Amino acid sequence: MPEGTVCNKKTIDTKEQLDALLADKSGKVYYEEMKSLDVNVDMLKTALKNTLRSRLKTWLEMCAHCGLCADSCFLYLVNKRDPKQVPSYKIQSTLGALVKKVQKGEEITNEFMHYCMDTAWSKCTCCNRCGSYCPYGIDMGIMFGYLRGLLFAQGFVPWELKIGSGMHRVFRAQMDVTNEDWVETCEWMEEEQQDEWPDLKIPVDKEGADIMYTVNAREPKHYPEDIAEAAILFHIAGENWTMPSTGWEQTSLSMFAGDWGACKMQVETVYEAIDRLKPKRAMGTECGHAHRATVVEGPYWVGRKNGQPPVEYIHYVQWVAEALREGKIKIDPDKRIQEPVTYQDSCNYIRNHGMADIVREIMGYMVAPGYFVEMTPNREHNYCCGGGGGFNGMGKYRPQRNVALKCKRDQILATGCKLVVSPCHNCWDAIRDLEEEYEIGIRWSFLKPLLIKMAIIPEHLKPKDE
Amino acid sequence: MYELLTGPLLWLSAAICVVGLLYRIVTYIMGLHWQLDRVAYGANPGRGLKGAALSILAWLIPFGCRNWRVKPGFMLMFFGFHIGLVAVPLFLAGHAVLLKEGLGINWPAMSMGMADALTIIMLVSACFIIGRRILLPEVRIITDFKDWMVLAITVAPFLTGFMAVHEVGESYRFWLLAHIITGEIMLVAIPFTKLFHVVGFFLSRGQLGMDFGIKRGGARKNFAW
Repeated sequence: MPEGTVCNKKTIDTKEQLDALLADKSGKVYYEEMKSLDVNVDMLKTALKNTLRSRLKTWLEMCAHCGLCADSCFLYLVNKRDPKQVPSYKIQSTLGALVKKVQKGEEITNEFMHYCMDTAWSKCTCCNRCGSYCPYGIDMGIMFGYLRGLLFAQGFVPWELKIGSGMHRVFRAQMDVTNEDWVETCEWMEEEQQDEWPDLKIPVDKEGADIMYTVNAREPKHYPEDIAEAAILFHIAGENWTMPSTGWEQTSLSMFAGDWGACKMQVETVYEAIDRLKPKRAMGTECGHAHRATVVEGPYWVGRKNGQPPVEYIHYVQWVAEALREGKIKIDPDKRIQEPVTYQDSCNYIRNHGMADIVREIMGYMVAPGYFVEMTPNREHNYCCGGGGGFNGMGKYRPQRNVALKCKRDQILATGCKLVVSPCHNCWDAIRDLEEEYEIGIRWSFLKPLLIKMAIIPEHLKPKDE
Repeated sequence: MYELLTGPLLWLSAAICVVGLLYRIVTYIMGLHWQLDRVAYGANPGRGLKGAALSILAWLIPFGCRNWRVKPGFMLMFFGFHIGLVAVPLFLAGHAVLLKEGLGINWPAMSMGMADALTIIMLVSACFIIGRRILLPEVRIITDFKDWMVLAITVAPFLTGFMAVHEVGESYRFWLLAHIITGEIMLVAIPFTKLFHVVGFFLSRGQLGMDFGIKRGGARKNFAW
């Protein structure tokens, strides 16, 4: 059976296809069908011919097999230094072997494709740490991202990520949240706050605002209070802001899936919202991969030659640092964090977008002197939370993901802190899961709830007593 | 035999090396693609060049990058191997004579003591490289036949050259011819094997530096290599 009913090379473009995939609980049928899925070698050949350019070719060819990348990879360290987890081995035995097989016309078996899939999604989180530890700058995270794209096109992609990319294609969101659901959630959150914050507004589709704010679909779906918290902080800071009724979703499970077509569709809706509402700046929520997808990679997916989004597009931490620096939000010194606290540097905007200093500036405002403790290593050299690149969301690789969490667990334990600040949905989830799995007695938090607790509320914003 | 080896064959192998490397450089640069690499090379040349320079320098200066700092033993081996590998063939008095005779260039030369010391350090480092490949599981698993060949091609001219200079045994002429032949093999091998990293290192590391400089936060902060 070359193409399965639910596991095949087709992208998910309709609600019906999506429902069929969702009805297959845990992807039982999906993975069963994958065992007999054929490989379309011609398609693979064409893809390599068109997209495997000198950078990747050189990386594959020139790797000196020195093994310096081994210790840079947290998955190698946390899997008891298993040589099969050495980044160079992982990429050479998958993408490297695939390229050679295509060149030599050797058979590409279903088993080999399964090995590639397992390696691409359960042995690399695309954290891009190895690239800075390789003398030649060979970035295996980039190569695994590329391999994921090849595998996705062949139908060899984990079930949840096939669903995720389908969600983006059907709903332009990583979850089944329609634009109507979204706007209703905003209205509901605005209403909810009226007792405590009488004049608070969640302005949707306001043109020419200073900030257009975009979120992670999990927020309207599971954590609507996050939207309320964002609104409260904008309210306190006196910002002129808005959220778009369409193009509000900033994340991209399609990026984890390697579905470049869906990546483009998703980010286009956000850029269209920018064109429509003409804000002075755009800004995303406390999420790492959403920032990477929409701000760092997105411009390239849609073909913007300058590599920039249509307007300056900042991460939430950049806004917080600015608001604290300029005094738009003032912090009550007595309410600062007065217990040992550490910070989880998200790969996607610290290592891969240069914000290490900015977040430490924030910690300087929020933490009483002497209580901030760095993890080791930290900043650009921090390890992945253990759940990046889609690792958190795939049932098939849950055991491997749980092993991966041990690295962050041990880093946190070594700080002696019981509180971890983690302004990234993905890291936040991973830290929650590691507490659930290993029970080390820690708490974790986004910036928003902490800020609301310690901000000085201007008199005129407080509810008037009757 | 000697005339042939130091005349036309030397010229030929040197030409293959240079032309081959030029071809490598040109095809690498032509093969870069702003959209497929997702790096806006053209839009930000200044930040790109700065990122490339920082990235290359960090790895060429001892303790310059984090991996040198966390692996000082490897760093010593790396510099010990590469300094001898580059400096001795370029500045050996015997090679300067060849240049003087062949091209009439007054080429600077290092002392024989210096050349000996650097060669010995290079050969000892090579022993460590061999040891790593055999003993460390994380290196053994990725080591293949080509890696051994490249190492043999690289070490052979130094070993034979050292034997010739010090007239080990009675056969100076044998070691000298072996040295010239292995040296020429190395020159020819450079563009066609992983040895093309003599230019490839600068291209590839420079490219990742550009990636960070242009796209991954270079506008805000220089990456802490």
